Amino acid sequence: MNILLESVPWHAAAGGAVIGLAVAVLLLFNGRIAGISGIVGGLLRMPKGDVGWRVAFIAGLVLSVAIWKLFWILPEIKIEAGYGMLALAGLLVGYGTRLGSGCTSGHGVCGLSRRSPRSIAATVVFMTMGFATVYWMRHVWF
Amino acid sequence: MMMITALLAGLVFGMGLILSGMVNPAIVLAFLDVAGDWDASLLWVMGGAVTAGSVAFALAKRQKTSFLGVPMQLPAAAKIDKRLLLGSFLFGIGWGIAGICPGPALVLAGSGKTEIFVFLIPMLLGMGIFEIVEKKHR
Repeated sequence: MNILLESVPWHAAAGGAVIGLAVAVLLLFNGRIAGISGIVGGLLRMPKGDVGWRVAFIAGLVLSVAIWKLFWILPEIKIEAGYGMLALAGLLVGYGTRLGSGCTSGHGVCGLSRRSPRSIAATVVFMTMGFATVYWMRHVWF
Repeated sequence: MMMITALLAGLVFGMGLILSGMVNPAIVLAFLDVAGDWDASLLWVMGGAVTAGSVAFALAKRQKTSFLGVPMQLPAAAKIDKRLLLGSFLFGIGWGIAGICPGPALVLAGSGKTEIFVFLIPMLLGMGIFEIVEKKHR
């Protein structure tokens, strides 16, 4: 029993369930998909009457660290990538998520929860490229 | 009321990201590093999220309007097209370079780690470039 308790990353699974809860709230109350790239990207279009909830959701994300710190210590966060890589990564993530209509939250969490074939395909592709890119950068080239 | 539930959803989402370790690019990269010291955490995060999310979507399927009375806006697209695949391809590369995706990036924006803006601003730029290119083709 002890081995089971120690080998399952409870924080990971519980954190995932909390993310699922957030998805449920936005879905069942606002009728919207909690896909971050879509929420942010859609905001850039300044759609009339469709801005408020997006700003509120994003504000929630940005404020979550501050709220977390009221109760618990923030775990260590390490950003390893240098400035050049961060900027390149940002560009690719920004453009790619919009072209692909979603990211890890939109396709990975919401899409898989809905059993969407498009999201399954998207998730397989971006996961594969994620694995390939890290393999390339850590074990082949850089 | 809609603003409050959206704000709450964002807060809870962010806290879920923190609890799960997904705001830490080092943990994400460790998951993506299949040939190295592999960390399976992200699988468990997805497992937990999709399990809870599946319940939510099963409930949502039965409703035409949300609890607050607004129409449910679920994606209607069905075809797996080139844009989906190419976009996901590019996103995957970007994700693999820094281990950061949009949700964690926004959470980190509120963490005081100012280097995240070196990612976030180009991310918004990339999204903006997409919008401009889209407009041209319409």
